[in-house]
Amino acid sequence: MNRRLLNLLIIIAIVIVVVLIDFPFLTQQKKDIFKRDLTPILGLDLRGGMQVIMQAPAGFNIDQEVLQETTKILEDRANGLGVSEVVFQVAGNNYILGEFPGLTNTSEVIKVIKQTGLLEWVDVGTDYIQPGTTIKTDYLAGSSPSATSSSQQPTSTPGIDSGAPSILATPQPLEKTYHTILTGSTIASVSVEPPTNPKDGYAIHFALKPEGSTVFSEFTKNNIGKMVAIVLDKKVISSPTIRSQIPNGEGVISGSYPNIFTLEQANNLKVTLHYGSLPVALEIAESRMIGPTLGQASLDKSLLAAVIGFIIVSLFMIIYYRLPGMVAIITVAIFGLITFAVYLLIPVTLTLPGIAGFLLSVGSALDANILQFERFKEELRKGRTLTQSVDLGWNRAWPSIRDSNLATVITSAILFWFGSAFGATIVKGFALTLALGVAVSLFTALFVTRTLLGLIVLKLDNVDKSKWFGL
Amino acid sequence: MLNILGKRYLFFAFSLLLIVPGLVIIAINGLPLSIDFRGGSIVEIEMIKDKAPTSDQIILLYNDMGITDSQIQISQTQTGVIFVIRSSTLDQDKYSQVISNLKKEFDPNLVERRFDTVSPAISQSVTNRAAMAVGIATLAVTLYITFAFRGIPHAFRYGICAILGLVHDILIVISLGAIGCKFFGWQMDSLYLTALLTVIGFSTQDSIVVFDRIRENSPVLRNIPFEKMVNHSIVQSLQRSINTQLMTVDYLLLALALFGGITLREMSVVLIVGLLSGTYSSIFIAAPILVVWENKEWKTWFRKNKPSQA
Repeated sequence: MNRRLLNLLIIIAIVIVVVLIDFPFLTQQKKDIFKRDLTPILGLDLRGGMQVIMQAPAGFNIDQEVLQETTKILEDRANGLGVSEVVFQVAGNNYILGEFPGLTNTSEVIKVIKQTGLLEWVDVGTDYIQPGTTIKTDYLAGSSPSATSSSQQPTSTPGIDSGAPSILATPQPLEKTYHTILTGSTIASVSVEPPTNPKDGYAIHFALKPEGSTVFSEFTKNNIGKMVAIVLDKKVISSPTIRSQIPNGEGVISGSYPNIFTLEQANNLKVTLHYGSLPVALEIAESRMIGPTLGQASLDKSLLAAVIGFIIVSLFMIIYYRLPGMVAIITVAIFGLITFAVYLLIPVTLTLPGIAGFLLSVGSALDANILQFERFKEELRKGRTLTQSVDLGWNRAWPSIRDSNLATVITSAILFWFGSAFGATIVKGFALTLALGVAVSLFTALFVTRTLLGLIVLKLDNVDKSKWFGL
Repeated sequence: MLNILGKRYLFFAFSLLLIVPGLVIIAINGLPLSIDFRGGSIVEIEMIKDKAPTSDQIILLYNDMGITDSQIQISQTQTGVIFVIRSSTLDQDKYSQVISNLKKEFDPNLVERRFDTVSPAISQSVTNRAAMAVGIATLAVTLYITFAFRGIPHAFRYGICAILGLVHDILIVISLGAIGCKFFGWQMDSLYLTALLTVIGFSTQDSIVVFDRIRENSPVLRNIPFEKMVNHSIVQSLQRSINTQLMTVDYLLLALALFGGITLREMSVVLIVGLLSGTYSSIFIAAPILVVWENKEWKTWFRKNKPSQA
């Protein structure tokens, strides 16, 4: 008796807390406590947007650290372009997952990823290449997937074969593949320098990491009088002539008169060099775009479906199980409130597969009630009292509820692991909502149904059992 | 009392009747995998009725752009026509070109609903790992059931039989997918995978509930034959099985039927059949196999006379 009342108080307290979390009360206070808005996060399939999975081209071994760094750069780049709420995350060993909510203009997205350039210093010998020209380099040998053989690491052969391209003066110089000396991954810092005299324009000063400095020093020593092209995404930015050896890995990029850099151009270039120097080149392995109309329609329909489904289930439960049916409806409603609060707190991104996972967990919550009621009725038929039947029914139903739900938790944990490792967001979303839902359903089955039913039958010892319990 | 187990070979035959046609179709045509598992692109657009072209016109437009493997699925809505166009992988430039050509030729106000593109390499690795994940999950569930049923004889069998019931449900769903592909142009995509995962989750849960009754009765009803005891347990949990099935399926069915859209309609059909199969298999496949195992009935399978019924 006392234990049940205490349980009831705990349940009421929990319900108050989760209702406060679920509904838009005390928005400001909640924001202060949780440091963010407690509003549901909708997946791209429900609100429209783009999802992109990027990977480094085959044959490149990249470690986790490089991927993390790339992710960070991509995020800075997207923010710089004013694309809001973009999320990039590392998935598994060689994927980066990018999500662009609300954005359906594919070219915007590509701007962030594809144009997020790969910076290269290229040995062009004595060929002067006009800034803006696209050239081929041996680093990844262009972006066409057909060329696979010549992906050699550029840093290993400093300046030895440097003169070669200019000797073989082919009639179409732009078809030539030039050798990449260094890439953007070796940049340590960049800054803008004001013009030393008004005619010069602004310049960008760069400093290389030690390993880059050595290569650069060696190269400049062997190629005095020749040119080095600074290339972003295979497009030449400038190709200064090497006047002397550069031993300390520091240098200056400036335009040549009359194409000098204004302060704004210099700043842009600085940003591109800094954020644009991705440590790895990325290929788009998968992209998904959901238009806003389809997303909104799916969301509206799923909400309507949830309401109608719940009404039908309620009717069935009350007609079939009578009073316990009412208890089940209250329990499942509490289950729904708690689960939603958990989704908000974690926070869980709601997607269509996620909703499927949630619906399955609603099924589990209902099943836990049905199992208890069937056992409860069995005990009643054996002639036990109501209070005894509640306890015995629960005792008998519990092992099946526990084992079936734990098996589901195990399954979803494994699916979740798989989903996170592979950017398979469908599987991940499904597994996460299912696991959380089933865990909450274990709690409500263990705690809520039994407490409520136990308290109610205390008041009802001499009623017509067929009417109240559907015997 | 209802004798369910007596007709067990009838139920096995019934399931085979449902599974075999699908497997035959798969043996001939292969699995109807969508771009999610094969690589390729899918473009979904909506145009208003008056301006909507025929599928041949769209295929022609694709052919002109050098994409010769496009397939079109059409569905009508109240105001417009939705086209789902599948083809080999389109990159972003190609996609923009497709859209601008479609706008130019047919409806300048067409709505871009969806554009998915998946490279063959990533889809391959996702498929492999998905299969691996399901495999590991299956193994883990078997071990868990063996552990949970350790108190009664041959606990391991319960794990295996639950998994056999699960395999039955997966086969039913795959067979349905193959038949749907043959007659309605369905494809097994990521939503199909979601439905399959839901069925997997439901099926094990349901089998465990039925087995739990056997676990409970096993020490109490030690004196009656195993087959009778299992039959008794099934009948006892029958009401719960039916109600849970009604609840869960009704709920999901309504929810998903209302989602609408061609792809989601496929998903809800797969779910309804799969969940029904989940309940069916616990009662008519998984539990009967326990009995077949206990009686070692395979010894009589290849003799002339019919299997003995205990």
